[in-house]
Amino acid sequence: MSNVLILADFVGTKATKTNAELATAGARIGEVTAVVLAPVGQGSAYAGAINRGPIAKIIVVESDAFVANGVAAVADVLAQVIASQSPAAVLIASHAFGKEVAARTAVKSGSGIITDAVDVSADITATQLVFGGSTTVHSKVSHGTPIITVRPNSIDANTTESTPSVETLSFTVADSSKKATVTSSQPPVQGSRPELTEANIVVSGGRGTNGDFSAVENFADVLGAAVGASRAATDAGWYPHSYQVGQTGKTVSPQLYVANGISGAIQHRAGMQTSKTIVVVNKDPEAPLFEIADFGVVGDLFAVLPKATEGIKARKS
Amino acid sequence: MKIAVCVKQVPDSWAEKKMVNGILDRENVDAVLNDLDEYAVEEALRIAEAHGGNEDGGSNTITVISMGPERATEAVRKALSMGVNDAILVTDPKLAGADALATSAVLAAVIEKGGFDLVVCGTESTDARMSVVPAMLAERLNAAQLTFASKVEVDPAASKVAITRVTEAGVDEMHAQFPCVISVVEKINEPRYPSFKGIMAAKKKTIETRDLAAVGVSAEGAWSLVADATPRPARAAGIKVTDDGTGGEQLVAYLAEKKLI
Repeated sequence: MSNVLILADFVGTKATKTNAELATAGARIGEVTAVVLAPVGQGSAYAGAINRGPIAKIIVVESDAFVANGVAAVADVLAQVIASQSPAAVLIASHAFGKEVAARTAVKSGSGIITDAVDVSADITATQLVFGGSTTVHSKVSHGTPIITVRPNSIDANTTESTPSVETLSFTVADSSKKATVTSSQPPVQGSRPELTEANIVVSGGRGTNGDFSAVENFADVLGAAVGASRAATDAGWYPHSYQVGQTGKTVSPQLYVANGISGAIQHRAGMQTSKTIVVVNKDPEAPLFEIADFGVVGDLFAVLPKATEGIKARKS
Repeated sequence: MKIAVCVKQVPDSWAEKKMVNGILDRENVDAVLNDLDEYAVEEALRIAEAHGGNEDGGSNTITVISMGPERATEAVRKALSMGVNDAILVTDPKLAGADALATSAVLAAVIEKGGFDLVVCGTESTDARMSVVPAMLAERLNAAQLTFASKVEVDPAASKVAITRVTEAGVDEMHAQFPCVISVVEKINEPRYPSFKGIMAAKKKTIETRDLAAVGVSAEGAWSLVADATPRPARAAGIKVTDDGTGGEQLVAYLAEKKLI
């Protein structure tokens, strides 16, 4: 049976739920080995956190360079693991770090790369949604070991508990992969809300908030949702740029997307139109976003959202 | 300092994009300088201006490097009119459908030949949206990778660059010695509009075009192939209610019915 590598995904020391998604896709192709790259002395703690999804084996490599030198060091070791394991494919989480690791690994291993896959089939065909989600593309890597980054939240994960075997391997990070030094790292400032691209529900606000995101945030919090913003809102300085959903911001694909006071320029649609269910609240009945809304409310978000927030609280109590 | 800025001409963000034979149809859409590359051009200019300038007698030169069809000279010209010194456009029919690996191989070969201290890029192109070329360039050029920068500080005397890297994973402070490949995020700066003087001066600046043979790499085609591309059915509008005071309740009822809460 062929062997598939997934690069274990961590935020700080915490394993993300993307790991089970990568493993689920990988298991269609072959037996899944998770590659855990950890600081020295923390390999077993990191490996212990990878316990969900169809993972047969874990390979642990320890080096302080993974944190101190970032992408280049991770790609250096991943390419060496690929050379030693000859996998049928390598799956990596599709975020900025994962895509950069994939990029350098592809160059090192002489392999083709596909990013932002929303699905991967047993014959290693990747599905992508391109041009703002308006076109579905199926593609295959034709050279080397397919290196595919998979968008978080796209694959229905098998999250059954797994008890993979753990093997520790030793690889050296070359000096040429230590040219950039990370001197400090701060986790994203986002309070208790889920990460935007990983969230099951995203509640976002645009021009219609007039800079007051309180109604949007309260509704998000009662739903356990992430908060997003349109470019108009971030350009106006009403919300941090890192929360921008759209062509030049984040692409999200949650189960539920609630857009409030956002007219729906192509720029915004490109970042959210693959959401499973879209709800739109806008005063303007002509707002183009209503055209793709599963449920639309023509009304003032400052009237509608507080009532909806109360309604959900009432259901929960 | 020798600074290279990599830019790409892309279909206008507002244009409807189509695939033809597995490749993006670039001929029948308006083409512009990739929005996100304007921040790279601006940052390169600011770095130069802060350390002796790049005008006549300045101590820095900024070269724009691009790969694309011949008409990509329009996008390159925009960068020239913003104030960069000169430009190299790699254009060759053999490069149609080139992937990021081929693109980075071509750009790296051109950059290496010219020599450089800094390479500045945008974080991604608005058409392919892969965000991989800067990392590939760093790998190929054996240069330090300082990407997703929201702040760049250059110390030419010490040949050192410090950046603040901003991604969904948080905020990192990073530094490295020259040579470096830097990518800058949107909002690092406000790109200048080309001045009349800049536009006139750009007309006199040279855009050197090279074909693949002149670049000296065999980087054709792509290592991933599109099997099929199908437009997705348009989303149909669903239920639309007008708030009569019960809009909030109706919204909650809908979410409950769909088992979303």
